[in-house]
Amino acid sequence: MTVVTCIACPVGCRMGVETADGAVTAVSGHGCKRGVEYARQEAVCPMRIVTAVVRVRGGMPLSVRTASPIPKKDIFACMSAIEGIVVNKPVTMGQILIEDVCGSGVAVIATKAMNE
Amino acid sequence: MTRADLLIIGAGPAGLAAAIAARQAGVKDLLVLEREEASGGILRQCIHNGFGLHRFKEELTGPEYAQRDIDLAADLGIRIQTNAMALSVTRDKVVSFVSRQEGPRQIECGAIILCTGCRERSRGAIGTPGTRCAGVFSAGTAQKFVNLHGFMPGSQVVILGSGDIGLIMARRMTLQGARVLACVEIMPYSSGLNRNIVQCLNDYDIPLYLSHTVTDIRGTSRLNGITISRVDENRRPVPGTEIDFSCDTLLLSVGLIPENELALGAGLNLSAATGGVLVDDRFETEIDGVFSAGNALHVHDLADDVSEEAARAGRAAADYLLRGGQKRQMLSVMDGRGVLGAVPQKIAVPAEEDVRVRFRVDRVYENAYVCAHAQGAVFPRRKHRILTPGEMAQAVLPKQPLSLAEGDIVISIEGEKER
Repeated sequence: MTVVTCIACPVGCRMGVETADGAVTAVSGHGCKRGVEYARQEAVCPMRIVTAVVRVRGGMPLSVRTASPIPKKDIFACMSAIEGIVVNKPVTMGQILIEDVCGSGVAVIATKAMNE
Repeated sequence: MTRADLLIIGAGPAGLAAAIAARQAGVKDLLVLEREEASGGILRQCIHNGFGLHRFKEELTGPEYAQRDIDLAADLGIRIQTNAMALSVTRDKVVSFVSRQEGPRQIECGAIILCTGCRERSRGAIGTPGTRCAGVFSAGTAQKFVNLHGFMPGSQVVILGSGDIGLIMARRMTLQGARVLACVEIMPYSSGLNRNIVQCLNDYDIPLYLSHTVTDIRGTSRLNGITISRVDENRRPVPGTEIDFSCDTLLLSVGLIPENELALGAGLNLSAATGGVLVDDRFETEIDGVFSAGNALHVHDLADDVSEEAARAGRAAADYLLRGGQKRQMLSVMDGRGVLGAVPQKIAVPAEEDVRVRFRVDRVYENAYVCAHAQGAVFPRRKHRILTPGEMAQAVLPKQPLSLAEGDIVISIEGEKER
């Protein structure tokens, strides 16, 4: 059984998730329905949005994020990829900086614009 | 001396929302002053996600949330003067400011909205023992170094305080290659969101020491170690419970203080509970035509709430300018059992619309009711499964019973049942 702390509200229910062959068979300990889907995902493959900054040629750092959540286990690989690039100005908000970060199929995008 | 109908001090989330709302309500002559080189306020350095869930139904980062308002302000032709720092505000609404381009200037204003934000409590404010070595930073300062300037302030880190900024920085420093050894909280509970405990500490196996505080800070030129101790129920360190850490950096996330030097200079009084000025339900201060909003008024958890309140202040300032000030009968809002710092402190009757009162609770309550009482009026009460000091609570006072109220309105927490 995997124990998952719910993040939906300050109660922070500790939910138990039973799995068999990578599939969820039962969720228990939840005080309401809001955290159940989160618990199922956490037990099988926790996902996170990663935010960071990248280097900019001749400029201050640029804030970036993954366009959608990536598997938690890939966070440090994602950070290495982000640290490995240097971008050129100008940058538009939402511009794709890495197409597919560490094989997740998810892009890394700029979260702010930077002019020349 | 020049003139402006409406001057807004600060172009963070509050100032931007207030400016947009005022312009949309018909204020043409409007200027926003911002002391930093760009608009956005604290959101510029909050590169993490989690903003805008209420307002935009999307999960944005701080810069993305700010940019939506910056773009809208630009579309509306709102003038924002950056690198311009307000130095004083007078009772008759003359604002002095200084900018690199123009030097010192004065503006006579029809109305003013103070959106000056808040600042962090510092080491001096919490009286930590030890030497005065380098390596002790407020969490927000470290956040600015890492996210805006690309400098890492250290490599072996302990964080004092488990508020959201401290938790966010625990993750941020870890992702940038530092080792975060511990997060230390003097209270028996964290004041941060569960989400941040899980995703910033647990995800990276960073231990959280509740009911502990820093009792020694060591180092000559640079920090080289700290000691933490468990505290008793009166928050006094318990001898014999010391744990030593070797570290080069201590981040302090020990609370935020509304920044109100300008308000004090204008002769406004501050609430001991919130650290902000006293306002009515239109966010107007004790000086006619001077309004306050955002973290300068009271420290919020969510930018979304700041935007909502500040927009109301912006509309009220527009109404003041276009229709003139009106004398209204005011009732006081009082903190009852369990309630700290209810805002607004005054509500005009008869009420124009439902009024939202925001406050914090003094401890954790389970299965309790948020209640409001006043002579002549019966307000609906609302049950909450949990209320914690870390999350701002609210009571919505409907227009109808509000108009019947005759005396002080007391907000309180009642009917708690043991789990």
